[in-house]
Amino acid sequence: MKLTQSLLAGTALALVAGTASAQDMTFVSWGGAYQMSQQKAYVEPYVEANPGVSITWDESSAEAVARLRAMNEAGNITWDLVDVVAADAIRLCDEGLAMEYDPEDMLAPADDGTSAEDDFGDMIVSDCFIPQIAYSTTFGYRTDMVPEGVDAPSDICSIFDLETYPGRRSLERRPINNMEWALYCDGVAKDEIYDVLATPEGQDQALAKLDTIKDDVIWWTAGADTPQLLADGEIFMGSTYNGRLFSVIVEQDQPVAMMWDMQVFDLDGWIIPTGLSDEKLEAVKDFVYFATDTQRLADQAAYISYGPARQSSAPLVGEHAELGIDMAPHMPTNPENAENTLLYNYEFWADYRDDIDAKFQAWLAQ
Amino acid sequence: MSDTTQNGPMLAADGTPLKRSLNRALRRQKLRALMLIAPLLIFVLVTFIAPIADMLFRSVENQIVSDTLPTATEVLEDWDHTTGAPPGEEVYQALYYDLYLAAEARAHTRLGTRLNYEYTGVSSLFRSTGRGLEDLGEEYQDILEDADDRWGEGAFWYELMTGTGDTDARLVREHRARLQALENARLTGDVGFAPSVEIKELLPQTTFAYTDFAVFTALMDEDVVAEEDPWEGVYAGLAQDLETADLSGYDGPGAEALVAAQQTLAEQAEPINYTAFFESEDKDWVSPDIWATIQTYSSTYTGGYFLNAVDMQLTPDGIEMRPDGQRLYMVLFQRTLFMSLTITLSCILLGYPVAWLLANLPASKANLLMILVLLPFWTSLLVRTSAWKVMLQQQGVINDVLVWLGLVDDAARLVMINNQFGTIVAMTHILLPFMILPLYSVMQGIPPSYLRAAKSLGATNWTAFWRVYFPQSVPGIGAGSILVFILAIGYYITPEIVGGRTGTFISNRIAYHISTSLNWGLAAALGAILLAVVLLLYWAYDRIVGIDNVKLG
Repeated sequence: MKLTQSLLAGTALALVAGTASAQDMTFVSWGGAYQMSQQKAYVEPYVEANPGVSITWDESSAEAVARLRAMNEAGNITWDLVDVVAADAIRLCDEGLAMEYDPEDMLAPADDGTSAEDDFGDMIVSDCFIPQIAYSTTFGYRTDMVPEGVDAPSDICSIFDLETYPGRRSLERRPINNMEWALYCDGVAKDEIYDVLATPEGQDQALAKLDTIKDDVIWWTAGADTPQLLADGEIFMGSTYNGRLFSVIVEQDQPVAMMWDMQVFDLDGWIIPTGLSDEKLEAVKDFVYFATDTQRLADQAAYISYGPARQSSAPLVGEHAELGIDMAPHMPTNPENAENTLLYNYEFWADYRDDIDAKFQAWLAQ
Repeated sequence: MSDTTQNGPMLAADGTPLKRSLNRALRRQKLRALMLIAPLLIFVLVTFIAPIADMLFRSVENQIVSDTLPTATEVLEDWDHTTGAPPGEEVYQALYYDLYLAAEARAHTRLGTRLNYEYTGVSSLFRSTGRGLEDLGEEYQDILEDADDRWGEGAFWYELMTGTGDTDARLVREHRARLQALENARLTGDVGFAPSVEIKELLPQTTFAYTDFAVFTALMDEDVVAEEDPWEGVYAGLAQDLETADLSGYDGPGAEALVAAQQTLAEQAEPINYTAFFESEDKDWVSPDIWATIQTYSSTYTGGYFLNAVDMQLTPDGIEMRPDGQRLYMVLFQRTLFMSLTITLSCILLGYPVAWLLANLPASKANLLMILVLLPFWTSLLVRTSAWKVMLQQQGVINDVLVWLGLVDDAARLVMINNQFGTIVAMTHILLPFMILPLYSVMQGIPPSYLRAAKSLGATNWTAFWRVYFPQSVPGIGAGSILVFILAIGYYITPEIVGGRTGTFISNRIAYHISTSLNWGLAAALGAILLAVVLLLYWAYDRIVGIDNVKLG
């Protein structure tokens, strides 16, 4: 008798939960500190303003493209809003897995009335991509491992200079960024890098330059690798996302410093999967409108050192929510840090990724 | 016994022939048995066999090219790539209308991604051209609408194309099939349009483009065809048709408008030139290399993925080896096999004594040892792998101890991780229980009296072990080796974390193609080869050792 009752109650609960499904949304993000910053800056205030909405996180952004494609083939999309890097957004758009949207229509204008399209500007790199933050891939180095009598490294080419700066380095196990840095340090002018890299000779040139440090490099695949290697003193310098280095330097207080020279800017943002029901789509659109306005994007920078994608958000960036330090100097977009930068070339890598990656991996395996 | 003699078959109690009755009972029993295992069978089929078969099928599947460009690939068949000249106008014409529909369905970029695996640059070529397709038709649309407002009205177009006489429903069916192939879905519902036979003969290209528009509007947008203004591509078709059409015999709907339009276009518009249009969109379109690639990969099934998986490539001139600096997969296959064998061997060397101890110690001590063997099973794989990182790295525990002991100089710490050595150590540790457990259960079945008998007959310890004990434990080694080897060959996470440059496996590349490059065809081909290699080794093992000689307990 008791069992029957509890079963019935359970069914009733499930039914109630089922009817409220339009308000249950599943968001996909990267987990860790980044997802936490989104939770604090966007989701918590949104849920407070809209009681009844419940948001579940799925930490699958790293494999979002493959998962969405598989979901689409199975005809069952279970995600409502997905956080991806811009290159993945372009691919999802190409595959028809992400929804095209109209920025004027779906995103809030800036406080001074500037339209969303102008406020985001070039950051909207694809018809499906709703920009959120700008981050950069840059270098950190151990301050206690700089040889005596030598200046701390401030030039990107010091990664190739084993004589002045001995010690191991860590680089990402993919050609993107590494090939550009190699060509730049092999004397190719900055605005000619991609013209050179498009030719087989240019690719060989970049690999030959990387060959000079091949034995002194640890190749990383996860963003957390370089911070760990730096903290353990395994390497002298290594590349990773600037937010990870911020955490090593400021939050964990390790003897590490940034080397911003030739940092590569990249973007991260939302896409809405195609094939959502009208009801779901309305709920998602409402959230996106809220979560991408000027104030919300600026709020996110209080939890993580990534720059807001809106121009109008930049002046609103304040202090770190817990440490109380001024965040501006730690932003990749800060003028002092951004003296010499590169922007991820989406068009080029969409074309050349497969080809150059095959060569790069063959070179690595040798 | 009975005195009645029976002629004919023996009968059962109910009068049916006994043979049939028995057969029926047997069949019923078999059916019942089948129904008992049916849930499991269906479960395995649906969740395991079918997805694997589907995935492996992708290694040869290549419909996307002919699905997206059905007309263009057909016309292209006659083109000879060895002439070094781009194909003729008719190919560009077919390409225009194929791409137009594909761009509306947003399928052209998918094809661009597919072909980009074979020819670098196609991805952006398709993406950018897809955006510009409307421009060609728009030119003519503006001229026509300036001359006569009716050309901008959906209802007028619908009347013109439907005509008054017989209609051609077959064309609509064909275009529906075309769209279904593009969308990869069954599209039901009524199109609500069929072109008149007369118009189809008079204006073939216009009818072709308008039918694409009508089918897409009705089935994908779910709008009424007569109420929607046609795509720009339809105007391009009209401009082309009117260049040569003889309108004198036509008196159906819109006849006078067509005559006027022919006049206007002849006076105001340039003759349509698809080749020039594509060349102005991107110079690459007139490169014979692109067309040779499309031609090579236009068949429904391709061996291209398998060739890529063994460092070869399918080129317009046949099968070639990849250039020297780009061969990767054979190296990785060899490395995977070599390292899996090494790991299996080290598991045997380390596991054998442990299993022997387990089988021969008193129960209380053996149980404690057993818990130690099983402990790694209860720890997360990631934790175990990361622990090896802490142990083996240059500033790690082992190096620190060696430096402290003075065995290794502080400046020349050993490199033990992010290479083959690190992968072998970590994977041997992780897979060791799979060797110890089968060995242990086989060794438990070997009576200790055999060893004692051998020794009492005068054998030395070594002879007794090697001639008597070891042969009886071989089935355990066989079972353990197969388990460890097959697990190792497909291992992914550990080589990814500690493999560095020289310690990664083929599975890491498969994972890359599944989740990052989205080249599922190549991933499937690599997976199929790996599966074939495992089956081949299993077969060889069966021939040499005999699979009957494998015991799990």
